[in-house]
Amino acid sequence: MASTTLYSQRDPMLKKRDDFEDILEERRNSSDLKYAVRCYAPVLYKGLTPCKANMLKSMVLQSDHLRYVINQVSQESGEAPDIIHEEASVILEEMAHRLKISTVRFFAFTLTKAFKTLFQHICVNEEGIHRLQQAIQEHPVVLLPSHRSYMDFLLMSYILYTYDLALPVIAAGMDFMGMKFIGEMLRMSGAFFIRRSFGGDKLYWAVFSEYVKTMLRNGFAPIEFFLEGTRSRTCKSLTPKIGLLNIVMEPFFKGEVFDVHLVPISISYERILEESLYARELLGVPKPKESTSGLLKARRILSENYGSIHVYFGQPVSIRSLAQDKVNRCKYNLVPRHIPRKPTKETQSFVTDTAYRIVRLQEDSMVLKPWVLMASILLQNLEGLELSLLTEQTLWLRGLAQSCGAFLDWPDHTPSAKVVSSSLALHRGLVCVSGGRVSLVLGEPQGLVTPEEALFNRAVSVLSCASYRNQILHVFIRPAILAVAIHNAASSKKDEVFNCFSFLCKMFSDEFILCPGDTVQDFEEACYLLVKSGSVQTLQQNIVVTDRGQSTLSFLNGLLESFLQGYQVVCQYFCEEACDSLTEKQYIPAVRSFAVKLILAGNLRCYEVLSSDMQKNALAALLRLGAVSKVKVADQVTLKVNKLAVNSLEDTLGGRLPTQKAVLARL
Amino acid sequence: VLNVFVFFGGGGGCYNAVIRLSFQCLPQQEIMKWNGWGYSDSKFLFNKKGQAEFTGKRYRLSGMILPSLQDWFENTFGASVKQHKSPATPSLNAGALPPANLNEAFLQDLTATGIPFSHEADDRVFRAHGHCLHEIFALREGRGFQRVPDMVTWPNCHNDVVKIVELACKHNVCVIPYGGGTSVTGALECPPEEMRCIVSLDTSQMNRILWIDEKNLVARIEAGIIGQDLERLLNEGGYCTGHEPDSMEFSSLGGWVATRASGMKKNVYGNIEDLVVHIKVVTPRGVMEKSCQGPRMSTGPDVHHFILGSEGTLGVVTEVTMKIRPIPEYRKYGSVVFPNFEAGVACLREVAKQRCAPASIRLMDNEQFQFGHALKPQVSSIFTSFVEGLKKFYITKFKGFDPHQLCVATLLFEGDRERVLQHEKQVYDIAAKFGGLAAGEDNGQRGYILTFVIAYLRDLGLDYYVVAESFETSVPWDRVLDLCRNVKERIIRECKERGVQFQPLTSCRVTQTYDAGACVYFYFAFNYRGLADPVHTYEQVEHAARDEILANGGSLSHHHGVGKLRKEWMKESISDVGLGMLRSVKEYVDPDNIFGNRNLL
Repeated sequence: MASTTLYSQRDPMLKKRDDFEDILEERRNSSDLKYAVRCYAPVLYKGLTPCKANMLKSMVLQSDHLRYVINQVSQESGEAPDIIHEEASVILEEMAHRLKISTVRFFAFTLTKAFKTLFQHICVNEEGIHRLQQAIQEHPVVLLPSHRSYMDFLLMSYILYTYDLALPVIAAGMDFMGMKFIGEMLRMSGAFFIRRSFGGDKLYWAVFSEYVKTMLRNGFAPIEFFLEGTRSRTCKSLTPKIGLLNIVMEPFFKGEVFDVHLVPISISYERILEESLYARELLGVPKPKESTSGLLKARRILSENYGSIHVYFGQPVSIRSLAQDKVNRCKYNLVPRHIPRKPTKETQSFVTDTAYRIVRLQEDSMVLKPWVLMASILLQNLEGLELSLLTEQTLWLRGLAQSCGAFLDWPDHTPSAKVVSSSLALHRGLVCVSGGRVSLVLGEPQGLVTPEEALFNRAVSVLSCASYRNQILHVFIRPAILAVAIHNAASSKKDEVFNCFSFLCKMFSDEFILCPGDTVQDFEEACYLLVKSGSVQTLQQNIVVTDRGQSTLSFLNGLLESFLQGYQVVCQYFCEEACDSLTEKQYIPAVRSFAVKLILAGNLRCYEVLSSDMQKNALAALLRLGAVSKVKVADQVTLKVNKLAVNSLEDTLGGRLPTQKAVLARL
Repeated sequence: VLNVFVFFGGGGGCYNAVIRLSFQCLPQQEIMKWNGWGYSDSKFLFNKKGQAEFTGKRYRLSGMILPSLQDWFENTFGASVKQHKSPATPSLNAGALPPANLNEAFLQDLTATGIPFSHEADDRVFRAHGHCLHEIFALREGRGFQRVPDMVTWPNCHNDVVKIVELACKHNVCVIPYGGGTSVTGALECPPEEMRCIVSLDTSQMNRILWIDEKNLVARIEAGIIGQDLERLLNEGGYCTGHEPDSMEFSSLGGWVATRASGMKKNVYGNIEDLVVHIKVVTPRGVMEKSCQGPRMSTGPDVHHFILGSEGTLGVVTEVTMKIRPIPEYRKYGSVVFPNFEAGVACLREVAKQRCAPASIRLMDNEQFQFGHALKPQVSSIFTSFVEGLKKFYITKFKGFDPHQLCVATLLFEGDRERVLQHEKQVYDIAAKFGGLAAGEDNGQRGYILTFVIAYLRDLGLDYYVVAESFETSVPWDRVLDLCRNVKERIIRECKERGVQFQPLTSCRVTQTYDAGACVYFYFAFNYRGLADPVHTYEQVEHAARDEILANGGSLSHHHGVGKLRKEWMKESISDVGLGMLRSVKEYVDPDNIFGNRNLL
């Protein structure tokens, strides 16, 4: 079934993908109003227990699960159960959606107008839609789109409405609710709101999980949420959060539903609306609080061209088939099903594994534009390069990307020069062409600016550009890590290269989607791809780079260069600058100013280390590897540094220290 | 065929009744099918007019025409009565039988005891199987079995069994006890790897009621007695055991003990473990029995429970003291129609909660309801058909029940008249709260009659490329609906994935209610045209269905037992330690594995 097709094809070149249809085309040729008020009669889940949104709430409040938790909380707090029940009811009120078809129609109308001006095409794979339609009838369905933009969930609902599919209910972050009117509109188009953090709040968790599970069990509507938890500011997939995935799987584990189907959905934007906003945010310019007026100001963006969007609905993945032989459902036989319990280790690792797989499936079907290739090359040539050279290298990279299974949307029957020039035109905010040379726009050189300001302007360009390069990282990440491992390893012996590879995977597992426990598989995949492209040969337990492989390997090395450097800078900071009383909160600004100093002094050319995303990931890695630890002092969390360990990690990353058994053992 | 001698003797209100069947030959075997269920004279067939009928004279349905069965059969399975037949081989091919591997020394000693035995092919094959699909299928194809008993012996009493077991130990032969032969777990199959001589120990001649104790309302009964004989003989004295498993026409008391049987009317009388007061069992270590017949004891773990459910792995049950009850004064059937299965289950749960379950209460799902309809005999008068039509109109049109959703509970009340009527009202009142409508005595009674003929239907299916089987489980109340839905769905999916070309029939019913849960019975059948190895496919699907049952909180078995069919799940079901406990008992009681049927462990 679905699971067998998950990674059945070893050769990524052979991946079969569906064709796309442009849904805006029809909208441009017919009445938007008619479209918004047309008859909408989606197919429903065959086991549906019809119920109104209000009934749903009382089902949740009267559920055994919630009643149990209410009593528990009441006993612990000494508060009367009625009061806790009232609290639960308030939480639910704040959370619940009020899906209304009229609001959906309103959105259908206005979004059509907006989409038509913003985007050239919105392309959807119709076969995926057909598969989804069938899945919706058969099983409760969970939609799992990638998350790059605020647009994502409006877009999803819009597409489902267009194809006459059941509208999803969507788990959205509470921050949206701050946008008074819009918040309510979103609620009426199916969003329900969850607080960003409620760790430890038993009652909240119970209301929330019961609400989701009730909708799932009854087949009320497809449930949609973002595995990545939040929008990825870097366009790189984020390490999946497994809380909600745990919740939607539970009804299957407990036998309350026969199966649940997960549908990975890849939404790729040619240009993201929030492009420069993200870069600034990463550089520490705080993100504007979501507000309706802020959104209105964003109307400025309506005048720009954001290219096209591709939405790929992946093959529904059956949890039942995935869980076969991995989760023993009998474990749930011995305690009444309404009593909440921590998932077992076995379940936990299954859910994590599934989350990674789904994110990889999302990545696999991300549509990549030629510009992504160009951005990758430009970032390795910050001083700029000849247009003709750029074109040539882009074509070369196209070949490499395709052989690694990239889902490239390269226009047919168009001269490559034209492809390159139109990409440059679309992204003229980021690149400029002068005198046949292409280079990144390095800030606006208007007036007198301080060196810091100039640096930040440059960093905005670099990070924006990096957000495009990041889109292709999933294609190259395994071969690239291998390339670095080959470069850093003391010899070409396969096990030594593997040690190095495995070290890098551990180091970067917060940075890239590398499923914990898949290292051997990842290594084999990387070897396979590099051998297939003729870049390396494996000879008697040795991995040897071929002559024509040099350029490939140097490109791949270059791809990870900024990450390697960035992590080393963080290590360096911990060794040289960090004081004992460094708190978690101070960490990011401190590293940032440390890096700024290095760059201004001309000792560092890597701008990406200024990204708070990379800084956070690096810290997470150091914490995970035990080189840094958190210590709670009073009400502050300080970071305690094991300088020896940090130092050796830094040297290993830089290839100055071989990946010793000792280091690994300590990790 | 049956000679009944009744001797009254003794005094003081207690009489000894020695009641025995004629020991001329082996009556069961003569009148039973050798390759299907039940009596040779009773079977379903499609007559020349294409109408279904049930032959013979034994059942209420016997000799009747069933006009709607053909349509139902063809529509449900995609079968064709005219075109696609798969008849059974007419007779046993004795040549296909492995030669008897006799232990001469044992034979000699056995002959000296005068206990009858045989190594005729018919006798051996008859005792080489139960009624699993694969067993019956093999017989119908004339294939026979890889390993069958090498000889059969018929002890006449407890002492005969003692002698046989002693000789078996002395000469190291394997003994497999045989009661009624109705096993559906492969329990009677001979292990193919068994190299020793296999002796089938047929208990059918130990069929006497030794005495009846009216003061304590118990009877001492030899374990070979068949259920219906026991009930009939007790009835003559005004008593009954009330133990009525669906197989009671053919299954034996010893078999019930060995498999932990459950009777339809357990709500009043209890299951076999509640009915048994004393057990005498012959093991290789000697005879085990308790020294008194106290109604309950605190003497460590109850040793009866090593025997109850031991499936012939420890020894032979020879005599049992069992509770008896006066025959109830009044009995009344009933039925209730529910708008859907969910409502029905909710009602049964409430009935169980109030502990007011009638002697029997069973809930059939919609598929079984429709099937029951297909088995309605030809209506004799226009009036009845008019009334039927009216009823149908009332339920579907007036009450708005969806004929593809509604389901029926059948009820059986027993006791004194007044109490029954009171009880009946209580149950119908509860049913009404769950949207149930009383649907008459007739429907109820028909439901219970069907219980006995339904087993014959598999043979009809097998004549037309349809394989069928039933299996059961017990499950906590809160999981009943989820389990039923998931198991049915799993079966449908597995069939599809394994290339079954036609939609399978999956149906279930709740057949017993308990305080903490229910017994659920599944029927499952499909048209196997186009499949190379239908039995294998069937077994894979049943295997998956059992996995699903376990994953949904169901037990490995409620009353069928484990046999060889479900051995692989025992460890998971009772834990390593639990299995070790059972093993250590086996090792102590039967170190040489004389009772080597290899069931259970």
